[in-house]
Amino acid sequence: MEIPYTFEERRDTGLTNGKIGIWLFLASEVMLFGALFASYILIRVGAPSWPRGDTILDVPMATFNTIVLIGSSVTMVMAWASLMRRQFGKFRIYMGATVLLGGVFLVVKYFEYGHHLHLGEYPRTNNFLAVYYTLTGLHMLHVIGGMAVNAYFWGPGAKLYKTNPVWFTNRVEHSGLFWHFVDLVWIFLFPTLYLL
Amino acid sequence: MASDHAHATTSDHAAHDPAEIDRHVRVYITVFVALMALTLITVAVSYLDLSTPMAVAVALFIATIKGSLVACYFMHLISEKKLIYAVLGITVFKFVALMLLPALTHSNGYWIPEEHPVPAATAPSPHQ
Repeated sequence: MEIPYTFEERRDTGLTNGKIGIWLFLASEVMLFGALFASYILIRVGAPSWPRGDTILDVPMATFNTIVLIGSSVTMVMAWASLMRRQFGKFRIYMGATVLLGGVFLVVKYFEYGHHLHLGEYPRTNNFLAVYYTLTGLHMLHVIGGMAVNAYFWGPGAKLYKTNPVWFTNRVEHSGLFWHFVDLVWIFLFPTLYLL
Repeated sequence: MASDHAHATTSDHAAHDPAEIDRHVRVYITVFVALMALTLITVAVSYLDLSTPMAVAVALFIATIKGSLVACYFMHLISEKKLIYAVLGITVFKFVALMLLPALTHSNGYWIPEEHPVPAATAPSPHQ
């Protein structure tokens, strides 16, 4: 059975099913991270004292990761723009760069976690570290998920471009929306955890 | 199913002309530069000797501007369809309620104030 409205838009909504689907998913993601942020505020405000993030965490490393993630958002949107121009070669370059930058983010995170674990700073050590590992860990899982989808569209999933370039462009746009959301979450995590 | 397709229009993505995409790309580059600058400002402000409430306010203000730039331009929310705005409107309402939960909980006296310590008489005797 053919899936409806994959590349053509419904007249009543002006949207494809994929577009509605990804936004509903992102809405649920907002609530997931929102619940954790609210918990963080509760724990922090209720604590007799709370350390500033920069006294425990590595700010230059996190600043570098912020720049990497924002850069990956730009390459992601350029990958989509390349498909809109029907320049598949450029799409491959930009999408490859997006996946690569996601990898750089994870490598930096690996060293960051490794440093803290080496010092014996575990989630059970104190509330600050529990919040830090929970929020950044969940975010990191999203980075890995986004990278997997983007890598699929860079590699085997790109076959669709030959048969239906509009549908493929839509799919890349939807994976891009998720990737930008991951960037957006980090934009709030960075100051609240590392700088305040 | 075939009749459903008859009521559909082809994605407007296919109708975009190269000049419009070029304009989009210029906007993406401008937003990227703005995001970089705002990131550096966020870090620079954290080195100022601001009080905690002021530091939180400034950091969240800058993060909100950055988040809005990503949402509006990279996620194309600046020119999205009504149904998406409706979904996000409900999400924002519930998100704000979530963020207000800590404040509401606090005003209900959820936490035991420090000036009311647990009476010593309730402490278990070492001989028990």
